[in-house]
Amino acid sequence: MHPMEVWNHIRQVWRRKTDKENTVRRLVSNLPFEDFQRKYQPNRQYVDNSIKTTKYTVWSFIPMNLFEQFHRFANVYFVSIAVLNFVPIVNAFEPGVALIPICVILALTAIKDAWEDFRRYQADKQLNNMPCFIYSRKEKKFVSKCWKDVRVGDFVKVLCNEVIPADILLLHTSDPNGVCFIETANLDGETNLKQRQIVRGFAAPSSSFEPEHFDSIIYCEKPNDKLNHFKGYLDKADKKIGFGKDNLLLRGCTVRNTDEAAGIVVYAGHDTKAMLNNNGPRYKRSKLERKMNMDVLLCVALLFFMCFIGGLGHFIWLKTFPSIPPFVPPDSNNKYISDSLSGFYMFFTMIILLQVLIPISLYVSIELMKVGQIFFITNDTDLYDKETNKQVQCRALNITEDLGQIKYIFSDKTGTLTENKMVFRRCTIMGTEYCHKENALRLGVQCEAVSDDEDTVFQKSKVPSRLQHRPKRDITCLRRSQSTRSYSTARRFVEMAPSTNNEVAFSSPLETDVAPDKRLLHIMCEEKSEIQQWCRVSHSQGAASYMDFFLALAICNTVVVSTAMLPRQRVHSSTLKPGGRLQSLLRKMGSLGHKISSRQSVSESSPKSSSFLKKVKEEEVEEYSDSGSGNPSRRGSESSHQSEQEWSPGPDPDGLCYEAESPDEAALVYAAKAYGFSLLARAPDHVTVGLPQGTMLKFEVLDTLAFDSTRKRMSVVVRHPITNAIIIYTKGADTTIMELLNNQGENQEEEKKRKKIASKTQRHLDLYAKDGLRTLCIAKKVLSEEAYEDWASVRREAESAIDNRDELLMETAVHLETNLTLLGATGIEDRLQDDVPGTIAALREAGIQVWVLTGDKKETAVNIAYSCRLLSQGDVVFTLNTNSREECESILDCTLEEVRRYATAPQTRWSFLSIVGVATPAENTGPTFGLVIEGRTLSMVFEAHLEMKLLELARHCHSVLCCRVTPLQKSTVVKLVRDKLKVMTLAIGDGANDVNMIQTADIGIGISGQEGMQAVMASDFAISHFKHLKKLLLVHGHWCYSRLASMVVYFFYKNVMYVNLLFWYQFFCGFSGTAMIDYWLLIFFNLFFTSTPPIMFGIMDKDISAETLLGLPELYKMGQNSEYYKRAGFWTVMLDAFYQSLVCFFIPYWTYQDSDIDIFTFGTPMNTVSLFAILLHLAIEIKSWTVVHLGIMVGSILLFFIMCLAYSALCIDCNPPSNPYWIMEEQMSDPMFYLVCILSIIVALLPRYTIRVLKGTLALSPLVQARKLDKLPPVDREQQIKKWKSQQSRPEAPANLVSPVDSVSSPSEPNIYSISVEGETPDMYWDSKDETEKPFTPGHRRSISTMTI
Amino acid sequence: MKTQETTSRPDNTAFTQQRLPAWQPVLSAGIVIPGFLFIGLAFIGIGIGLFITSQSIQVLERDYTGTGSSSACSNCVSSNISCFCQLNFSLSALFPGPVFFYYGLSNYYQNVRKYGVSRDDEQLWGDVSKSPCSTCGPYQYSQNMTIAPCGAIANSMFNDSFTLYQLVNMTKKTVPLDGKGIAWWTDYSIKFRNPTEVYGSLAAAFNGTVKPVNWAKPVYDLDPSNPANNGFLNQDFLVWMRTAALPDFWKLYRRINAGDYVSGLPAGNYTLEIQYNYPVADFGRKSVIFTNVAWMGARNSFLGIAYLVMGFLCVVMSMVMLIVYAKFNTPGEDS
Repeated sequence: MHPMEVWNHIRQVWRRKTDKENTVRRLVSNLPFEDFQRKYQPNRQYVDNSIKTTKYTVWSFIPMNLFEQFHRFANVYFVSIAVLNFVPIVNAFEPGVALIPICVILALTAIKDAWEDFRRYQADKQLNNMPCFIYSRKEKKFVSKCWKDVRVGDFVKVLCNEVIPADILLLHTSDPNGVCFIETANLDGETNLKQRQIVRGFAAPSSSFEPEHFDSIIYCEKPNDKLNHFKGYLDKADKKIGFGKDNLLLRGCTVRNTDEAAGIVVYAGHDTKAMLNNNGPRYKRSKLERKMNMDVLLCVALLFFMCFIGGLGHFIWLKTFPSIPPFVPPDSNNKYISDSLSGFYMFFTMIILLQVLIPISLYVSIELMKVGQIFFITNDTDLYDKETNKQVQCRALNITEDLGQIKYIFSDKTGTLTENKMVFRRCTIMGTEYCHKENALRLGVQCEAVSDDEDTVFQKSKVPSRLQHRPKRDITCLRRSQSTRSYSTARRFVEMAPSTNNEVAFSSPLETDVAPDKRLLHIMCEEKSEIQQWCRVSHSQGAASYMDFFLALAICNTVVVSTAMLPRQRVHSSTLKPGGRLQSLLRKMGSLGHKISSRQSVSESSPKSSSFLKKVKEEEVEEYSDSGSGNPSRRGSESSHQSEQEWSPGPDPDGLCYEAESPDEAALVYAAKAYGFSLLARAPDHVTVGLPQGTMLKFEVLDTLAFDSTRKRMSVVVRHPITNAIIIYTKGADTTIMELLNNQGENQEEEKKRKKIASKTQRHLDLYAKDGLRTLCIAKKVLSEEAYEDWASVRREAESAIDNRDELLMETAVHLETNLTLLGATGIEDRLQDDVPGTIAALREAGIQVWVLTGDKKETAVNIAYSCRLLSQGDVVFTLNTNSREECESILDCTLEEVRRYATAPQTRWSFLSIVGVATPAENTGPTFGLVIEGRTLSMVFEAHLEMKLLELARHCHSVLCCRVTPLQKSTVVKLVRDKLKVMTLAIGDGANDVNMIQTADIGIGISGQEGMQAVMASDFAISHFKHLKKLLLVHGHWCYSRLASMVVYFFYKNVMYVNLLFWYQFFCGFSGTAMIDYWLLIFFNLFFTSTPPIMFGIMDKDISAETLLGLPELYKMGQNSEYYKRAGFWTVMLDAFYQSLVCFFIPYWTYQDSDIDIFTFGTPMNTVSLFAILLHLAIEIKSWTVVHLGIMVGSILLFFIMCLAYSALCIDCNPPSNPYWIMEEQMSDPMFYLVCILSIIVALLPRYTIRVLKGTLALSPLVQARKLDKLPPVDREQQIKKWKSQQSRPEAPANLVSPVDSVSSPSEPNIYSISVEGETPDMYWDSKDETEKPFTPGHRRSISTMTI
Repeated sequence: MKTQETTSRPDNTAFTQQRLPAWQPVLSAGIVIPGFLFIGLAFIGIGIGLFITSQSIQVLERDYTGTGSSSACSNCVSSNISCFCQLNFSLSALFPGPVFFYYGLSNYYQNVRKYGVSRDDEQLWGDVSKSPCSTCGPYQYSQNMTIAPCGAIANSMFNDSFTLYQLVNMTKKTVPLDGKGIAWWTDYSIKFRNPTEVYGSLAAAFNGTVKPVNWAKPVYDLDPSNPANNGFLNQDFLVWMRTAALPDFWKLYRRINAGDYVSGLPAGNYTLEIQYNYPVADFGRKSVIFTNVAWMGARNSFLGIAYLVMGFLCVVMSMVMLIVYAKFNTPGEDS
């Protein structure tokens, strides 16, 4: 390297360092400096766009990999032992030989690491060489280069459907409005389009984009990993232009629906947000592994004890000789060391000799097993979701067995238990409820189809074979995966043709089609003329409110309109073609759409008047909304007829498709569309809405106050195209909106009316919440021109601020959103996912407590809890809701006392009587409890340190529901349970608000559903439906745990048993550290002969079949209680190992006593016997034998004999102290050898075998009972499982199977204790016994439309 | 539509779905009763056979350590120079042949690790010119010359020698002892080699080496009676170099299979003349053993008894299982 370059490099590094200390990144265009040497480049200190995710280079691999591997305690231990062997005074073997095992282990791990790193290298290379367009000053155009050539300050052009190579500040797009759409699926999994816009005001929009004329300096923040945060400004000669995240194209996203976009690179390579967000896989340590490490330490203690005995024994042995015997040679200086010193040395020699006691191969084997287990989990077709084309993702590689030990599940509600596919269900406008009966009916039919399916799952016993069951399921899957994109017969969902396009979220016809409420439709039609009027004059009264309501639904959102005719396609990096056929297709389609809309607007320009009806309207509506349930037929039938015919939705909406960031928004827009108010286009500064008559209104959007969680609302400020009035539409959570209402009217009557509307709406809202609907309030406000100007100037200031911009923006937003006029409210249903109740019931039976932690309000949460059978009708539900500490404490005490009175410690015990046929009497007849706690009460509990009381209470409760909790509280609760109860916890969620709890829990599961990928990124496992949890835990969890636990125990046994052979021999060789088995064979024994069978067992053994495990969730308790690997079990196995090693040593010993046998001839039968004992021991443990099992077993034995024979035949003097030549052959030609082997093997394994047989016969454990069930033919097995369940079941178990509708009809006693100090309205509802107030159940859902208010 | 996306649906094969046809044995009493019974009876059979065979093997063992005044060779215990003593025994009946003549050492730990490694296999393979390996120390060099054979094992080689006489009519009749083929054939023909003879002289081949310190004669002069039985290929040396596994061991000395003694040692009085060189009295004992061997090797009644005990145990176990089976097996379960 040239010295100058070196110097440059050093300077660069230094610069980079100083660069880090600044808080702002400053960059300019690279173009004036093109072709300059690197050192003259202005942006040289920023990293370029080539990425390197590899850990090692070719040169650094060996040192770095070794360094990493030595972070493992076990490796250090084995290396230090190998090193110890080089000390001549204590060595036990040829020093080099002792290095073999550790070298093999290190090499295996290194090969694995190298392979992984190589794959990363290849991926990097592919990515770095992807093509892109960079502007070149010389050629005056964009030239094609590679991704890795992109530098900060370059101008880059991205074509439609191309992946963005770096973080680019958007300066130009082909769109006349300066917008560009991107799909961020690669980044966060969200498939909807997001709109980005060019930096405004940096150039005249009309002028063409000239990168060379770009002379501004860009100031922006340092690279960070916040995807939704970016700010900075352009310093142009005279002014500063601010920009934000809306102006940034992120690396890894794909440009859609835009011909081309160009901009300047601000972050490249590893500085991009995508790369900063890219953390590798997570490493957790499983419970089993923690326990195992403890036992490894125990083994170390045992080893030291044995070595101590060895040292002491050697000392005593030396002392027994009055003079030095000929077989104790002096050291090389012909001197004898003292007895005590040689005893001391012998201690270390023993460590080397007996080192195998610590299973060196255990760690590697466990890793291999887990890889195999993960292979099987990810390959399970039952956990595959056809709709999203996703398998289970195992992101954490080493905690599979924890899946089998879960005791507490913490679940999010929205998106986890529910589908997070929002369905517009009801609305209230100006105090009048519209229950959308038709919609409910329509959905009801679908529900039935779904619940039918659920039923079949419940009564699966009828259908014995899974294969028979499956087709039915697939049909439903198909039906659900249909997409609006096909749009053949939009209104009749029954006839929909199956479609395979399943990419688009929130677009199943079920969700998007809203059948309009007849009554509301009626009103709308009747007031059509008024609508037209409204178009011209601004109204704030009466019928116009309906228009306002729907306009608000259509406008007040961030929904992006895309054309359904143009299906987006996912572009793979390999098939990228800049400007291909697709683009021309796009253009054609665009012009087509244009034609259609223009034709329609012409045809609609002759509205049919119905003005004669207009007069009466106002009072009527008033009356009508008051009476609520009034009969609409009061109105002239002719008009209704007419309106029905007249009614036609405006511009054909079928070509439209909405992409929303949150599904609620999409649902509302679809609802508005159903009433003819269809959102046609959205640009940054205007929205176009089609009205029912077909006119199109183009609203100028003055500002959008985006949604945030503190304000809990969003607003848009628009200018009415005709009246020029400035209107603010606000949409948000009822609590916040209700507070901001302006109920002071111009006159008293007006004021009274407004208050009435507000109170009625509140009542409806409460009802919606009780039905489990998500509620949103819609309000509006008309602003005067001056007021707006004042506000706008403040707003602009806030926007250009750099430091506390967010706070300022929020302040301005809050300032504007006051004195609102209530328009109405909506109720959106979030339907339960498939088979949620069944899954929860199964998890319950498995002894898992399910807690639901949700940010939703109490009523919604409680209703969902009822409908997913988390709470059952017979439960006594306690609600904790208080704001003060003292009350909190006293309430907790009271409740605890109450609960303790009932608590009879309901513990079902396994009883072998049940197998004999005597049913165990149901022990628990007391009531079951449920606990509902509010977020703020929860924070009280934590503040007042009442956690233990809460936990005590929660432990008595059947189910716990925490509502209105923040993400932080979620993780605090998980941590509390995890740390205080010392149990295994699992958190499952789908949204960003669950990330905390997912990371806190022992196992975090992300649902890859609707709400982006944050949860999945943070999770250990990602599934696509809540119901998959059932098989994942009950089957895979059980298997993984039982396999691994049995294997760990077996590994301990194996090593102790084998090493003890050597230990016993020490008693006959003066504790001198002699091994009677050739050291090569000693090594091979662990590395080859006995390593594969346990690994295969750990991957493939099935103690109980999946069907039985699913049928009898109780079996999961085995894992929860760690029954496969307990301390007691560990010691039993140790004892067994000692016994077996004694047998394997002393039977040959007594046989060959007083003979001329030599050391290694003596060791050979022992080695053989222990091989057979160890493998047959495993064979006893194997629960199901497949061809693979048999093959590997036989293979191992054959390998042993072949290797031994070959070794003894070829090795004349390879391993000097030993003398293996021809020994194996000699032994195998001696009948005594076989007699010794047979006897030893049988004696060694007889106790274990007998105990297994007795266990199998007496069938005391449910495990054995279940295994017996497994042997039955499927039909019998189903029957037996049923019988078993009825014997074991507790009283509430059958309640789950009883149709819930029955139990609804008799809520004779008020079994819901509401302990609410504030005693507000919501609880009042709960305690009333009104027929309509009954908790929400699936059965109930169908009849809900008949409900009257 | 180009959305013919590669589906990530897992393969639905028996292997990936963990549905390989499997045999799931549930161990229960009903199934194992015949097994136990069979093993029990088989073991009893083997046990009886072994026991009878073992009983037919005769062993004659005589201790000649010489500690205690009345025992043989007591005169030699304290003497430092080579000493002769006699051991008399009589046989009342024919000791059937072929008779194997062992010497036995007890509490002699040939298996001590440092002792066991103290040899140089390359030297024993005939390469006496190289310097012996370090494990031989301190028996590597003597008088600045290489010791051949080096190491502690060779240095401590057992060097008592025995001559057996039958007393026939008060005259000593020498019983011919066969010293051929008493070592492992692999040792004799593969593992051990003499250095190449120089002009037909083995002694010259060992030029530049010295005898081990404890030895009276150099290695090429171990058996003056048979020139072929010298050097590293000396049978007694080979036997000694194959280190014993346990502290009480026998080593084959000679076989009696020639002349009048092909069918064994006839009844009568015998005298064993011992050249007593090897001191063991401080830590252990030494003895001579005459035995005839069967197919199962030397006499050992342990294995036969063990088989018998196990056999009975298995039979008893099958009875217990039968009871368990009768008591706890619910009908229709063992399918």
